[in-house]
Amino acid sequence: MPQHASDQNSTRRLRHRLPVRAWHWINLWCLIVLLLSGLQIFNAHPALYWGSASSFDAPWLEMYAMRGADGSVHGITALGPWQFTTTGFLGYSDESVRGFPAWATLPSYQFLSMGRIWHFFFAWLFAISGALFVLYTLLTGHFRRNFWLDGRDWRGLGHDVIEHLKLRFHAHSGKYNSLQKLSYLGVVFVALPLMIVTGLCMSPTINAAAPWLLDLFGGRQSARSIHFITAFSLVLFAVVHVAMVLLSNPLRQLRAMITGRVPRSPSSSDQESSS
Amino acid sequence: MSRRTPTGPALTRRALLQRTLLGAAALGLTGCDRLSENESVVRLLGCAETLNLRAQRLLAGRESLAVEYPASMISPVFRPNGTVDPQTALYRQLAANDFSDWRLSVGGLVQTPLELSLDTLRTMPARTQITRHDCVEGWSAIGQWTGPVLGDILEQAGVHRSARYVVFHCMDQLDGAHDYYESIDMVEAFHPQTLLAHSLNGEPLPVGNGAPLRLRVERQLGYKMAKYLKGITLVEHFDDIQGGKGGYWEDRGYTWYAGI
Repeated sequence: MPQHASDQNSTRRLRHRLPVRAWHWINLWCLIVLLLSGLQIFNAHPALYWGSASSFDAPWLEMYAMRGADGSVHGITALGPWQFTTTGFLGYSDESVRGFPAWATLPSYQFLSMGRIWHFFFAWLFAISGALFVLYTLLTGHFRRNFWLDGRDWRGLGHDVIEHLKLRFHAHSGKYNSLQKLSYLGVVFVALPLMIVTGLCMSPTINAAAPWLLDLFGGRQSARSIHFITAFSLVLFAVVHVAMVLLSNPLRQLRAMITGRVPRSPSSSDQESSS
Repeated sequence: MSRRTPTGPALTRRALLQRTLLGAAALGLTGCDRLSENESVVRLLGCAETLNLRAQRLLAGRESLAVEYPASMISPVFRPNGTVDPQTALYRQLAANDFSDWRLSVGGLVQTPLELSLDTLRTMPARTQITRHDCVEGWSAIGQWTGPVLGDILEQAGVHRSARYVVFHCMDQLDGAHDYYESIDMVEAFHPQTLLAHSLNGEPLPVGNGAPLRLRVERQLGYKMAKYLKGITLVEHFDDIQGGKGGYWEDRGYTWYAGI
């Protein structure tokens, strides 16, 4: 029996099962709160380093403010040896010295302890729902069907890249293409777990419990940097992910991810499923 | 069974979704700020602190040791934070004669209250450790700390069975009105790396880093590690001390458990 034909009498076929949909939306809210509160935490010391301790005179990324010759204040973002004026966005915004601007932090004003309280609550929600989802994908065959790349996927990778570059997507077929599989695999099994593990690496108690974890990431400040970089790779993924949805029948995609079902119409079902 | 049309329920849901999204956008940041000031919301979110404490205790146990580093990794400057030069009358007066009149009192739920001079503390059996200090803000520094193990002093005083927390009273006031203070539980108090440090990198503790004596609790964040100590009390609970949350920063919204 075809996996999507569980509801033969309905005009719609099952596209996403409940656990997938639930996880998707829980994750969305978790990642939004984690990002905004994370930027609040980052703003308490808007600089990143490599290694175990901070080399205050040589962060690889730093946001700060400087008073110019004319008396006006400029926001500066320094990336290694390069300095950029980022007034109004990074370093100085809303007439205050701050890393990220008020609209990007939770809460909007400088409030580190509250940022941490939001961050840790949603980190638990995110970690528990993520662990349950990974268990679900492994136990039900969801992993094999939707994440695992078989020989045909690998052979089709070049074709998929070219199709994507031409902005031609077949995203509403029952199966994911190899690029989709690769990105979901990367996000679900690499980036999201990496967020949790590097986050834990910043805890002095976890450092004592598992010092090898700290060695794995090259020290506490390295873990903080990797946490930050991975968070931005997830932001990038979210931007591309939303763009893909917008470019490939957004209402249908959104409905599929909310109700789980897509209409069974002659123009979409069989042909797409085989793509 | 009535046949559901594809558009019917979906439209309702779509309308609902649109309304939700618009609502969320309208609430926007002011909504998030208001949530952050709502006591029930803060209390609900605060549940994570209990989870953090329980989960980390389970993983780290009582005895797991903080990482110790080679001397080559000591930070060139150990960045002082919070109060760096206490202006209280008591501190100025004690600092004026190099803390020779300073005494550390150990009291509360103990059998033998103690008054320890700096010389006594300096001649006691000490532990030296090179550890990493993690500020809650996000930066880290590595320093070598020397001082008696807190557990030894507590044993000397004889801790009463009912004591659950060790409270540290300080001589500095960050806001000019309230003495800095902190508290840890018995697991952390009797941890082998929990020191009353009188030296940093082989020198007497500089004023910026907490002279004459500071606490080191290596498995927790910097704000636990009270500087400018004047007294230690063993208590059953800390509800009646200052804001009642167990520490200066805790009274101002920070979590009591500072292991993450």
